[in-house]
Amino acid sequence: MIEFILNNEVIKAPENGGMTLLDFIRENKRLKGTKIGCREGDCGACTILVGVLNGDNVSYQSITSCISPLGNAHGKHIVTVEGINLPNTLNTVQQSMTDNFATQCGFCTPGFIVSMTGFSLDNNKILGSCNDAISGNICRCTGYKSIEKAGFEIEEKLKQKDNNQQIKWLIKEGFIPNYFETIPEKLRALNLSPRARHLERSREARGQKGTIVANGTDLYVRYADKLSEEKVNLIADENYLKGIDFSNDIFTIGVNTTVTELLENEHLRKNIPNLKSFLKLVSSEQIRNMGTLGGNFVNASPIGDMSIFFLALNSTITIQNKNGTERTIPFQEFHLDYKKYDLKESEVLKSISFSIIDKNEQFNFEKVSKRTHLDIATVNSAARISEKNGVISNAHFSLGGVAAIPKYLYKTNKFLKDELIVSETIHLAEKVMQSEISPISDVRGTSDYKRLLARQLFFAHFIKLFPNDVELHKMISL
Amino acid sequence: MKNIDSFTHVRGESLFVDDLMIRQDALIGLCYDSPKAHGKIISVDYSKAEALEGVERIFTYKDVLGENQIGGIIPDEPLWAEDEVHFWGQPIAFIVAKTEAIAKKARALINIEIEELPVITTAKEAKEKGSFINAPRSFSLGNTNDSFSNCEYVFEGETFSNGQEHLYLETQGCYVVPQENGSIKITSSTQGPTQVQKTAAKVLGIPMHKVEVDVIRLGGGFGGKEDQATPWAVMAAVAVQHLNKPVKYMLNRHDDLRMTGKRHPYSSFFKIGLTKDLKIKAFEVEFLQNSGAAADLSPAIAERTLFHATNSYFVPNVKTTVYSCKTNLPPNTAFRGFGGPQGMFVIECAIAKAADEIGVDRKEIQEVNLLAENDEFSYGQIANEVQAKKSWFTAKEKFQLEKLEQEVSDFNDKNIHFKKGISLMPIAFGISFTNTPMNHARALIHIYQDGSVGVSTGAVEMGQSVNTKMLQVAQDVLGISADKVKLETTNTTRVANTSPSAASSTADLNGKAVEMACNSLIDRLKVVASKLLSSEEKNLSFKDDFVFNDDKKTDVTWNAVIAQAMLERVALSENAHYATPIIHFDKSKEKGHPFAYHVYGTAITIVTVDCLRGIYEIDAVKIVHDFGKSMNLGIDIGQVEGALAQGIGWMTMEEISYGKDGRLLSNALSTYKVPDIFSAPKIVETIPLETEGNDMAIQKSKAVGEPPLMYGIGAYFAIEQAVKAFNKNYKPRYHAPFTPEKVLMGLYEK
Repeated sequence: MIEFILNNEVIKAPENGGMTLLDFIRENKRLKGTKIGCREGDCGACTILVGVLNGDNVSYQSITSCISPLGNAHGKHIVTVEGINLPNTLNTVQQSMTDNFATQCGFCTPGFIVSMTGFSLDNNKILGSCNDAISGNICRCTGYKSIEKAGFEIEEKLKQKDNNQQIKWLIKEGFIPNYFETIPEKLRALNLSPRARHLERSREARGQKGTIVANGTDLYVRYADKLSEEKVNLIADENYLKGIDFSNDIFTIGVNTTVTELLENEHLRKNIPNLKSFLKLVSSEQIRNMGTLGGNFVNASPIGDMSIFFLALNSTITIQNKNGTERTIPFQEFHLDYKKYDLKESEVLKSISFSIIDKNEQFNFEKVSKRTHLDIATVNSAARISEKNGVISNAHFSLGGVAAIPKYLYKTNKFLKDELIVSETIHLAEKVMQSEISPISDVRGTSDYKRLLARQLFFAHFIKLFPNDVELHKMISL
Repeated sequence: MKNIDSFTHVRGESLFVDDLMIRQDALIGLCYDSPKAHGKIISVDYSKAEALEGVERIFTYKDVLGENQIGGIIPDEPLWAEDEVHFWGQPIAFIVAKTEAIAKKARALINIEIEELPVITTAKEAKEKGSFINAPRSFSLGNTNDSFSNCEYVFEGETFSNGQEHLYLETQGCYVVPQENGSIKITSSTQGPTQVQKTAAKVLGIPMHKVEVDVIRLGGGFGGKEDQATPWAVMAAVAVQHLNKPVKYMLNRHDDLRMTGKRHPYSSFFKIGLTKDLKIKAFEVEFLQNSGAAADLSPAIAERTLFHATNSYFVPNVKTTVYSCKTNLPPNTAFRGFGGPQGMFVIECAIAKAADEIGVDRKEIQEVNLLAENDEFSYGQIANEVQAKKSWFTAKEKFQLEKLEQEVSDFNDKNIHFKKGISLMPIAFGISFTNTPMNHARALIHIYQDGSVGVSTGAVEMGQSVNTKMLQVAQDVLGISADKVKLETTNTTRVANTSPSAASSTADLNGKAVEMACNSLIDRLKVVASKLLSSEEKNLSFKDDFVFNDDKKTDVTWNAVIAQAMLERVALSENAHYATPIIHFDKSKEKGHPFAYHVYGTAITIVTVDCLRGIYEIDAVKIVHDFGKSMNLGIDIGQVEGALAQGIGWMTMEEISYGKDGRLLSNALSTYKVPDIFSAPKIVETIPLETEGNDMAIQKSKAVGEPPLMYGIGAYFAIEQAVKAFNKNYKPRYHAPFTPEKVLMGLYEK
């Protein structure tokens, strides 16, 4: 039995937890405001909000329901556009969109409305702007400027928001209907047993067997039909796979951690000051709210953003077998060949760890794709460099989209060790880098382009981290 | 007035085909399509699929009781392939099952054997092999041969513009329900209800009156649902004819991308001749249109390419030829601009090449060649009410072009890793279907006895807010409040024989018909009111729900007049037919006056290229646009901004890619990228040009759907300028879209 609240209705669904939330909403519940645009999380027409009880409050996030398994709704508040409609009048977000001529054909509109309402409900707002909240919503009619204007209006209004009484304030200002105030109570009523026990119960009910699925952003793009009919082993709510621990100068991050959760972590943001701008390049708001580190690692795409990111952080990954025995290996050794990795049938990824970037170190992440946001990289790269007096004491470069696996540049890193950061050295290091990679031509670009891009991103790390020590033209041609 | 659908749109309450409640016994359809681009079908084995539990039946060409033919302009496209396939994704069969999941499983069980034949994917290859849809068309003015010899400068070059996926957010789809006596009702997401009706009748072998087509609204069309909404509805209709049960078919995104045509890629060869003072004296182009495997609308699109080959410039000697090249791609089709953008891109490239070679700024050539009053287009129409220069100079002045250029130049001097580029893009776009017989529309207005009004037209609402404009017209002419007027669905039983909602002219054609019908009603109501007020009809007018006498408000309400009209048995319904006057075109001479009027404008585009990474941002697009007298500036600016974004997408990131085997590689939203909010220009500023408007435009409010798309071409040249600012060795390719790959390769070529 899957129990959750859909808008203002308690749902007890005996359905297979593997069907998509989108299908449940549209077909079983006949709520047609949530639209089907692409069924791969790339358009945002099916955006809904997921509320999770967090103390006395409920924290809301936007997700794309097309690639989300129904079972993950268990114990949560699911909000569709119907659930934010006020009786006979428009809510504040809807009114702004209307006033600014921000709806044309109307098909993408509910998705935008839901994302923007999610923005209104979000107290953290790490990325800050309404545009960021709709980074996963595609509109083909308006050209976005009118939507952006509506977003500015909403941002203005939200400046008045009382964060301590946010639900009350949002109801008073006409952002959301009254029933939102009753949701924490209703969720608690749903979770009669303590959360852990409850999860245990639900896990049992849902069956441990079947394909392991976290939040589905990869598997449901590829196998939604299959997973809808099969048993799935939903692990997104497994607490032992979640959480970001920071102690003894080591970050240990559970593989169920989402990209958004990385962003929300103050220690990480402090240690990696540009974390926001880096992670903004990773997919969209909705997908960042769902996509987990572990999912990205085992998807094993050579251009997986998180793989590239953690490779350069010089991480280790901890793997657990079903008896609870753990083993820890350097993350650089995890990916073996195209889509092959060091994980046995009986094992799951548990966590990834790295030592903090210390004061002699710098970290950078680069990504180029056809579209800067909500796109898969053509080439991506990360670098962690320790430097003292202009000399590299340690270098960890990673490069994606240039080999069968997310590539840790062993030779280049070795070459750079104890070298001076000057254009001449980087020029030579780039040659080493090129000798380590073997990009292929595909729909994301020709191999020539990828090689050129690899060079540029390699140089970009130095230009960004050591602007006074290197020069682009010198690094290119010496 | 806001878009009248706003309220339901933002609440998720607007109904699209997929949202309709379907009958309990409804079945789900799914098309089985060719897994090869070209070949002979040796055998297809449906036995396993048919045996699957829940599969109702699989339909093929053998089940067609009428004609297995859906070609609109040329009958060259079967609904289902018979013994040959001509493109990857060509429909072969139609599976009808209890659920979509079952239909999908059944599809995977079909085995086909195809003897493969050579595959052509490019227009150039097709031309070499003599593979064409129809005979080439040529327009000419003056004599180019003689003129080139008198030119100071003559340049030749080659250009390419790629196709473009429509990416309407709502995929193609339909729901077909059997009615009594072998009639059917089709609810379709189509821009052309009559096309669906006509084709369904032909394929089913029944008269058109047995096919009712209803369209509520479209989740975007952009031309992609003008002709290509038809096959899906017809397939489902065939199934309904046999099964006598409702059939619904919504294409999933991958099927839609794979099976439907797109904007036509063009390869073109130009020759341009200029005088010493930069006047374009002669211009020749050979356009190779990649039409795909069947005609679809390609011949008409090719024709519009010729109409717009000189954009907003006067060229006294022109010779343009277009070949519709038959290839093994899905038949390419209408897309906002309809061949016009492809034509304009070429002359802009020719001007760019000339400017490069001569060593002047592009805009110097553009400026001295802008159209003037009474200039002749290559197709014989004399330009009048020309706003080319006015829009150009207004843009220069209002947006302080010199200052903008100085800022770009200063920025480029100061920055190594970033360079800016700036471009101007003037447009002139002709309004009307170039096929003159299509320029007509009808409206049916009912005034109900309680004073409320229902308006039916042939216009299809697809986000362009045509229904809002129709309501405005009805409200204005009848003098009643907006809440009294309702726009009905577009339905072939209420408004028959319609032209598709296309060519930017839907509001003009249907609006004029609404205006005429409302005027007739008002004439009748004045007779009624004159008796109530004992006044002469000519002194009466209707405004704000009241009758006015000599412009003074009386106490006689609209509702009172309607009630009286009922008592007097006055007809409260009216049907009006509008056909655009004046226009004509003689294809045997390729001369005439095909357009009711032209829309003009000028855009200034500024971009910043990240020369380290080869990516770019559009800083600003500043536009002076000729709306005429806009009847709804909020909606019209929305059209400008939306079209601009699509035009920029076409010129920058949207890259259709086919393998040599004819398989679509950019086959999902993960590989085909359209602009998102961050790739929209940071600033879009649109200033309406003060013009009189044109009487042939509805309420003098000019058509606005397509013309602004071509402002997007400016992005190409702005990016190119920034690339040149970084790399003096850059060799222009005139190859769109200008993807980050081409930018980076260009930035570092030696």
